[in-house]
Amino acid sequence: MNCAESEVLIHALIDGELDAGNTAAVETHVAACPACAAKLTAFRAMHQAMAEASLKKAASAHLRRRIDAALPAQPPRVAGWLTSQLTSWLTSWRTFLGGLTIGTALSAAVAASLVVAVVHNDQDRRTADEVVSAHVRSLQAGHLTDVQTSDQHTVKPWFNGKLDVAPPVVDLTAQGFTLIGGRLDYIDGEAAGSIVYRRRNHVINLFVARHLDAEHGGVKVETMHGFNVRHWTQGGLAFWAVSDINPDELEEFGQKFTTALQPPSGHS
Amino acid sequence: MLDRPQRPLSTPAWAAERDSMTGDGDLDRARRFRDAALPHLDDVFTFAHYLMRNVADAEDAVQECYLRALRHFDSYHGPAMKPWLLAILRNVCNSEFARRATQPTPSECDEGEQPANELPLWQEPQPSPEAELLRRRDDEAIRRLVAALPQPFRETVVLRDINNLSYREIADVAGVPVGTVMSRLARARSMLRAAWNVEEGSTT
Repeated sequence: MNCAESEVLIHALIDGELDAGNTAAVETHVAACPACAAKLTAFRAMHQAMAEASLKKAASAHLRRRIDAALPAQPPRVAGWLTSQLTSWLTSWRTFLGGLTIGTALSAAVAASLVVAVVHNDQDRRTADEVVSAHVRSLQAGHLTDVQTSDQHTVKPWFNGKLDVAPPVVDLTAQGFTLIGGRLDYIDGEAAGSIVYRRRNHVINLFVARHLDAEHGGVKVETMHGFNVRHWTQGGLAFWAVSDINPDELEEFGQKFTTALQPPSGHS
Repeated sequence: MLDRPQRPLSTPAWAAERDSMTGDGDLDRARRFRDAALPHLDDVFTFAHYLMRNVADAEDAVQECYLRALRHFDSYHGPAMKPWLLAILRNVCNSEFARRATQPTPSECDEGEQPANELPLWQEPQPSPEAELLRRRDDEAIRRLVAALPQPFRETVVLRDINNLSYREIADVAGVPVGTVMSRLARARSMLRAAWNVEEGSTT
């Protein structure tokens, strides 16, 4: 074996892709050739360094949701059937527009706007579904709060280091909503903060996270599985309040929270 | 005690209705596709990012890849899902580069595909305690050096060292013989090592 052959085969050796015969041949050559031996050592070290480094890029939650929404029929999904119908219609529309490649700038833009229009409602419904499930879990598991206190200055720092955002915690006791604590939850497979309030005997879970998509922006109140859900965005964060209190009271809660969070403008 | 509404969270009624309207076959097929393809999303995105070199283009390519893969899922007969997805992704990216190349504004195209001779990768490695230097690697620096490799060496080293494909699988993805994979890999790693040494030399 000469050096030119060895220079290619040492990589197959490092990668464990050589059969016994070639392995022996390369090793014999390397044992007799200091230049190739040095290369083998250097490439082994580089291979090791690359194996230890984290060179993979994780797909963002945003991309995951995009793909999830573009694929038809996620089974336990309220709007699943509608989505699959729209997606198949969308796919044929994209076929027509873009010839199934990424498409021309025009078709990509048109298709993207269609996707956005179609997906939003569905995404919001799914997130609503998830926060309602999380709300129910919090009641049933006897695990309503991780930190139990009515002091907002205790709840807020408790979230430090547990989330990539700092959920704003405000005390609304004077307004009739008692702060009873905070909890770390998981929505859409990612960590979300929950600030827990009580109104009479009713619990309100206020979920806060950056990833809980809120692209439609405005305030929205809906009823799902018998619970009321109020959704809004503020300061770059998505808020989902879930409770079995009536929609008017939940609306009142949302408004009081939003107002309390806003920086004071003048005297009141 | 707390009021606890006891309604079930999932009502089978709508599910049955939906199934009858869509057809169990399609649903089952989509479910199988999700189960098989979604676990590889990070690998597919990683490859897309190294090919497209920016997040937005990579995400577009990944979405197109998954839609295309679903359409062709019936013709997929194994053996491995990951190389199959990566091959589709590669086609998507190449179509995109081809499309850009035919457009009158070649600004982005230039960035995407640099000829090998424009990169300062020819320098001979200095005799240095490389193993020691390599240990003080910086993930971001390695990523940058890999991303700077010209095609087709970049894709070969990404598929092997980052996506962990076998030589046979890389050959299938790239549509070339295994021998070509081996020579490209040797060349790619030599370029990477040279650039690496340049990097270490400039920072130490």
